[in-house]
Amino acid sequence: MISIIIAAAVVGVVGVLAGILLGVASEKFKVKEDEVYVKVREVLPGNNCGGCGYPGCDGLAAAIAKGEEKANACPVGGDTVAKQIAQIVGGEAESERMVAHISCIGNCEKAKDSYEYVGPQSCKLAANAPGGGPKACSYGCLGYGSCKEVCQFGAIDVIDGVAIIDKDKCKACGMCIAECPRKIIKMIPYEAPVIVECNSKEFGKDVKDNCQVGCIGCGLCQRNCPNEAITVVDKLAVIDYSKCTGCKACKEKCPVKVIK
Amino acid sequence: MKHTFKGGIHPYEGKELTMDCEIKEYLPVGEIVIPLSQHIGAPAKAIVKKGDRVLVGQMIAEAQGFVSANIHSSVSGTVKTIESRLTSSGQKVMSIVIDNDKQFDEVDYVNNPKNIEELERDEIIEAIKLAGVVGMGGAGFPTHVKLSPKNIDDIDTILVNASECEPYLTSDYRRLLEESDVIIDGLRIVLKAFKNAKGIIAIEDNKPEAIKIMKDKAKQYEDIIVNVMPTKYPEGAERQLIYANTGRYISSKMLPADAGCVVHNVDTIHAIYEAVMLGKPLFRRVMTITGDAANAPCNLLISVGTSYSEIIEAAGGLKDGVKKLIAGGPMMGKAIYSTDIPATKSASAILALSQDEVSMYEPSACIRCGRCVSVCPGRVMPNKLADLAVNNDIDGFLKYNGMECCECGCCSYVCPAKRHLTQTIAGTRKLVLANRKK
Repeated sequence: MISIIIAAAVVGVVGVLAGILLGVASEKFKVKEDEVYVKVREVLPGNNCGGCGYPGCDGLAAAIAKGEEKANACPVGGDTVAKQIAQIVGGEAESERMVAHISCIGNCEKAKDSYEYVGPQSCKLAANAPGGGPKACSYGCLGYGSCKEVCQFGAIDVIDGVAIIDKDKCKACGMCIAECPRKIIKMIPYEAPVIVECNSKEFGKDVKDNCQVGCIGCGLCQRNCPNEAITVVDKLAVIDYSKCTGCKACKEKCPVKVIK
Repeated sequence: MKHTFKGGIHPYEGKELTMDCEIKEYLPVGEIVIPLSQHIGAPAKAIVKKGDRVLVGQMIAEAQGFVSANIHSSVSGTVKTIESRLTSSGQKVMSIVIDNDKQFDEVDYVNNPKNIEELERDEIIEAIKLAGVVGMGGAGFPTHVKLSPKNIDDIDTILVNASECEPYLTSDYRRLLEESDVIIDGLRIVLKAFKNAKGIIAIEDNKPEAIKIMKDKAKQYEDIIVNVMPTKYPEGAERQLIYANTGRYISSKMLPADAGCVVHNVDTIHAIYEAVMLGKPLFRRVMTITGDAANAPCNLLISVGTSYSEIIEAAGGLKDGVKKLIAGGPMMGKAIYSTDIPATKSASAILALSQDEVSMYEPSACIRCGRCVSVCPGRVMPNKLADLAVNNDIDGFLKYNGMECCECGCCSYVCPAKRHLTQTIAGTRKLVLANRKK
């Protein structure tokens, strides 16, 4: 009986000593963690999507804590996260919500294919077929959904041969932009009042041959814009959203109805 | 030693269609479109402008940089415009469009009065460079670059690729039969450029007549031998050809010169002869127009820049119900969707088929039979690579040596599940290469 008590006492005493030792050590050898970093890391969404360009949320939190990045650097968190981070690091959060957008509405019905494609159903692989894919327009969406596969937020759907991004679900992480072999996905403001739904830089005649809803670069929108916000660059209308007031004059004048 | 390699397939040859058709010269009548990029490397730069009169054989575009090639006119006429036009790759390429006046006035070529034995290495390379000779087997690698490796003294084998393993094609075979002396002399010229080298003419055993003629002609030269190889696709792929004839391996990271070899296609050797001895630039080549949907399969000596539709017309047209047109052979060639494209220096054939065997079957799941692995001449695992490629696993693709694929198409040919193996792997290889360039 007594031997059991001795054993229990020895183990107990060793336990208490070890506990004290560890307690002292943890205070003495404490690694000072940046408070700002910890707080910022807590606020970030934690998807680790890499949309900001850093290796996950930890990377971005460290960069913000060091002052290398702005408070609105997380594309996924949007306004709310940016404001919280701004409070932590001090300063104003200036962020406008951006979303990815595929500027092509040339679906199966509206845009021609130059041939029937038989092969792996992936945009990246189909882009190696003659002419960079079966779609006659070399600037159009191929519609095999490589962007849909990489979207972690379920924001992309392929409908009728063209990928469409649900702007409410889009977190602007930029994964689809990197994936698209035709480089036709761009960031636009969430609130964009008008959008040019075409990427074609070909001559008007070639555009018309290939697609019913392509920008022919006629310049009517440019001439009718009261704020000089829309210009035809390289045979394609481009909108400067910092000048656009949303009067929709361009939308009404567009002869091919490619401004939506 | 049996001159062969591991793997490979035996597809239907289809050579009987055009084997006995002599090469006929065809002079173009229509507009000529000469793309500025008919070779690997930097596109050439046009040195003529709209409205200029050009002659047959006149240089119209100049090589830009070392890996590039000069381009010459194939007709006489006036330059109509310089604009981007569709080519057989499906891409639009800047091209010189010439209004053909059908006079065929030629420039005066500077003939070389010398005997082959007296030629110097430098003048050979210079003549080839000036004449814009490129590899005419398909890739279009500038020949003067191929002849200028870093280790000139280590080159001990010059291979003439006369295997023509691609089904249906007979243009090289006809060249061997009809112009065997030129081929031998062309090889002797290349041998003069490499003092330690010997020449091998490698022919598959389904061309007994060519073998007989070449063996006969090669007899009088000590440094030229004829190797007979068992017929198998892809015997004519550079790496397989080198292994079959010398037993040396090369990987995708090496050049043939690293194994002491330089490989030339038969037509290229012909062009080298004309460039060095006659001073004549490369603007004509032999093309096989064949397939079960061609009215009169034949071999034509065509001019670079002639449109495919004109060539097809000259060859007797196509039958009704043609399902597929392929630029090149059935294994490596590319399907085309328009005949309004020009023939280039490396266009070997037009194949018209009445059945589209590719889209006849839907691909299904891999049944793990391993046939693709056993036929792969690159000794990789196409089934595994295709899986990795589909799943976007580029690191895995590289780990399983995806870059060793030569895109020969054997795996797709044998796959009982009709999976798009070659297409998938080839597409991923191109992505990797494009990323490396960045």
